[in-house]
Amino acid sequence: MTAVRAVLFVPEMLVVLALPPLLMSVIAKTKAWFGGRVGPPWLQPYFDLHKLIQKNAVYSKTTTWIFRAGPIISLAALLTAATLIPVLSNDSLLGFSGDIILLAYLLALGRMFTVLAAMDTGSSFEGMGASREVTFGAMSEPALFLAFVVMAVATKSLQLSEMIGPKLLPEWQIAGPAMILVVGALLVVLLTEACRVPVDDPATHLELTMIHEVMVLDHSGPEFAFITYGAALKFTLLGSILVHAAIPHPEGFNVLSPPLRVLELGGLAVLVGAIESAMARFRLNRVPMLIAGATVLSAIAVVLVLMRRTV
Amino acid sequence: MLQSAIDSILVLAVLLNLAMLATSRMAACIRTFALQSLLLALLPIAVGLRHETIPGAHAFVITAGAVGLKVFLIPWILLRVLRTGEIHREIEPFIGFTASVMLGAVIIVASFAFAKRMPLPTEAPTDLLVPVSIATLFNGLLMLVSRLKAITQVLGYLVVENGIFVFGLLLLEQTPVLVELGILLDLFVGVFIMGIIVYHIRREFDHMDTHLLDALRES
Repeated sequence: MTAVRAVLFVPEMLVVLALPPLLMSVIAKTKAWFGGRVGPPWLQPYFDLHKLIQKNAVYSKTTTWIFRAGPIISLAALLTAATLIPVLSNDSLLGFSGDIILLAYLLALGRMFTVLAAMDTGSSFEGMGASREVTFGAMSEPALFLAFVVMAVATKSLQLSEMIGPKLLPEWQIAGPAMILVVGALLVVLLTEACRVPVDDPATHLELTMIHEVMVLDHSGPEFAFITYGAALKFTLLGSILVHAAIPHPEGFNVLSPPLRVLELGGLAVLVGAIESAMARFRLNRVPMLIAGATVLSAIAVVLVLMRRTV
Repeated sequence: MLQSAIDSILVLAVLLNLAMLATSRMAACIRTFALQSLLLALLPIAVGLRHETIPGAHAFVITAGAVGLKVFLIPWILLRVLRTGEIHREIEPFIGFTASVMLGAVIIVASFAFAKRMPLPTEAPTDLLVPVSIATLFNGLLMLVSRLKAITQVLGYLVVENGIFVFGLLLLEQTPVLVELGILLDLFVGVFIMGIIVYHIRREFDHMDTHLLDALRES
């Protein structure tokens, strides 16, 4: 049974693994369009990854094995998370009841090793980036969890694929306002976790203002490829949670659903690109305000959804 | 459909409360207040539509009064007062912006818990109405006590009135129009007088920080 299921999931997983760089490309193209430029070719992220894989890695003498393990463990954690999140269909490969906790801490594990690898280099810039990453990560976690609580209450399930599956559809009619708040909170969480504007600027060139990019300055070659790919994969995974929560597909929609999901993820990438083009990143001390705002949105959504339950 | 429109308006009004607590620019704060008032002013008509096919003249008069006063006139007066002064931002409130947003959220959650236990004279048109009105009331109170500048304090007072306005929807049929209009008139006179007071505070001290009024003592 599980073996058959696993085989059935092979094509979907392949698409999921191949998709992330393309989404990055969509964001880059959107930003280029807003700036009146043509932008890099669609397949540029794939070329970059290919080039990086072929290079040799350079290690500083001050680093230890943690520095080498960092990118690998982060990517492994994200790949494991990919088996828990429904991306294209309404089902996930290894979903079980309570997998949201595992999912949240897989993301945290990946972040922890990126941070440790950054601290291992002993560079003051990387330490600064690590401290910011951990601060914002810790702040966005309550927002994510409260959003999960809303969906868990709404669908009476603790399995992510059911929480954001077809059961969520009636909830949009019962507690529409609450769901809108959840989607807003998830969008902020996505922007924070994936290090996009207005929280972090992935294209910035000054170490002092970077968050994610500054932590990976010392990585090179295949390991940098892992990190780049991991960042794109994280965007795809969190993005698909957002898309599934925002547009639940009804059951028995199997053939049309995956291509639609790809389009929706593309739409999300365009939206993120548009946000990046339309606004500047926040001052670093304004960012906690944004994330706290997302937490508050989720908290109000919890109250609304609980109230609807008990009445 | 109408039900979810009313619910959406109420939720949006609560979020605008938090937005007001979060902004430091006073002009933006005044505009947010105007938007909140506009949304709330639509409620009498929406609630009226739910009860009968055509809401009575009563609802329209209240809506028109609220829109005219709280969406146009009062924000205009406040923006005018603001323009003549040099201070456009709340710099250091007693309670920081992030902390006051958090506190505002706590107030909202608490008012939902509180509203559940409150006995009501008539049945509410939607179960969001009472919690939202209490939340708006207390968020306004929070703004009133935690801010330093006279204008934001006036805004806090106005937000408190918005909360009372929402609560008044419970008794939409029972309250005479005259009472509602009397409340609006009181509000207008209040803001008018406060505008004059703000002007005098500024003339006397060259700013509108009410904090320094504490130092006025007879010696």
